[in-house]
Amino acid sequence: MKATPIFLPHAPKPLGTTQRRDRWWLEPLLNFIGFTAFVAYSLWVAFTPVGSHGLNYEWPQRSTLGWTYLSPFYSPLFGPTWWHFSPAILVLWMPLGFRATCYYYRKMYYRTYFADPPACAVSDTRFWQGKPRPYRGETAFPWILQNAHRWFLYLAIYVLVVLWIDALQSIFFVAPTGQPGLHFGLGSAVLLVNVALLSAYTFGCHALRHLAGGNVDCWSCSWLGRTRHKFWAAVSRLNEHHMAWAWTSMIFVGLSDLYIRLLAMNAVPFSRFPWL
Amino acid sequence: MADVRFRVWRGNASSGAFVDYDVPVTEGWVVLDAIHWIQAQLQNDLAVRWNCKAGKCGSCSAEINGKPRLMCMSRIEDCVIDGTITVQPMATFPPVKDLVTDVAWNYTVNQRIPPLAPKPPEADGTWRMQPYDVDRVQEFRKCIECFLCQDVCHVLRDHQTWAFGGPRFMVRTASLEMHPLDTGSRLALLRDARDGLGLGYCNITKCCTEVCPEGIHITDNAIIPLKERVVGEYFDPLARGLTRILGWTREPRT
Repeated sequence: MKATPIFLPHAPKPLGTTQRRDRWWLEPLLNFIGFTAFVAYSLWVAFTPVGSHGLNYEWPQRSTLGWTYLSPFYSPLFGPTWWHFSPAILVLWMPLGFRATCYYYRKMYYRTYFADPPACAVSDTRFWQGKPRPYRGETAFPWILQNAHRWFLYLAIYVLVVLWIDALQSIFFVAPTGQPGLHFGLGSAVLLVNVALLSAYTFGCHALRHLAGGNVDCWSCSWLGRTRHKFWAAVSRLNEHHMAWAWTSMIFVGLSDLYIRLLAMNAVPFSRFPWL
Repeated sequence: MADVRFRVWRGNASSGAFVDYDVPVTEGWVVLDAIHWIQAQLQNDLAVRWNCKAGKCGSCSAEINGKPRLMCMSRIEDCVIDGTITVQPMATFPPVKDLVTDVAWNYTVNQRIPPLAPKPPEADGTWRMQPYDVDRVQEFRKCIECFLCQDVCHVLRDHQTWAFGGPRFMVRTASLEMHPLDTGSRLALLRDARDGLGLGYCNITKCCTEVCPEGIHITDNAIIPLKERVVGEYFDPLARGLTRILGWTREPRT
């Protein structure tokens, strides 16, 4: 028997103190790398002056064919004449607000960027630089603003509808001559997959789960209760994999923008399915 | 199996230290078996709280290799790292002796929660509920009150913010709030960050869900739906008005 003195279990501990012996730091590290890379790419898209971008967010540029691929970062495309920055800035705040207040992303960034806590049973930042810091969580400013998640959900659904229209108009289009046409390129497939992933993420949202039927105590006693229960159950099924939808949809938005940008820069060849 | 070195925290409310014991483990043992062996063969005064040894009484909560777990549900071959297993009491609660902690605070939180307020019975004196109405709250009734979720929650563990009721009591409140027969409202209590349950202190880091031995989706199915109910009541007048007009909620705002 050998005695080794340690902290009392309930004693104050500096950031990162733990008895855990597994690689608890791996998950926050991977989250940090993945999310920071996406944020860096988004900031580059949003804040590079529009002159440097040209019209690289759409292809074919100023299309007269009736169909076009529009980057999801820029949709819905607003272009007021007085706006001299990237049109992405006028749009991105909506999905950004939705994701910033999302319950999954909250978990991810509170752990990864605020170390509050960095991992389960690993000491958080309470004793940052040796002094206890007051904790108010989401009861006070700024984090009480997380309660706006539902309002951003309403905006995200609007953006999602526009993205569906974008994806479908890249397939089913009306030529300037008035003739209906059909086109299916690799870009159409990219936009379709992108909007499908975004739909799975948006329709698995915790706030939507509440609105769909989670706020009802007794479905059988409520008007349209059976329907609302089914709607709630459907949202719940998507919600079980909210983290997976969050990551795949976020990564695919970036890849969609990158593909259209490379196409517009003639860096990759245009691919069209031969039968269409 | 070869001997496994157990590093067990021994101490009381004022001091303590890890003490090493080499235990000749047998295949199929769980950590609680080894603690019992130490108690029987080496240290008769080793204090440990246990009861059913089947993962249903919630007594043998501890931290194994730093992770909150039930000792009776942790197989030794799954826990051993470099021939060693560390066992210590739950860090959030005051130590009494060795692996036993004082969890009495939890019962005072429980007393803050108003019990079920059932609506009047039907004409034959009974209540009827549809299976799809009660399925959702059945999950919450699996809780064995092991308090591992309370132990891992950083609001209690690190920040020691005792105005927060903790995940266990969010589960209990959810089981009442979502009950098809209940007519009470606990939303004001949930929102109250001083004398209530302080739901806003939770920042959704989901550790409670990760450690729950009953696999209750504490965050997704209890805490977040409660947060959304508070949002609907206090931060979203549109939804509040619509639900009132359509008669989707019966509960009075308190």
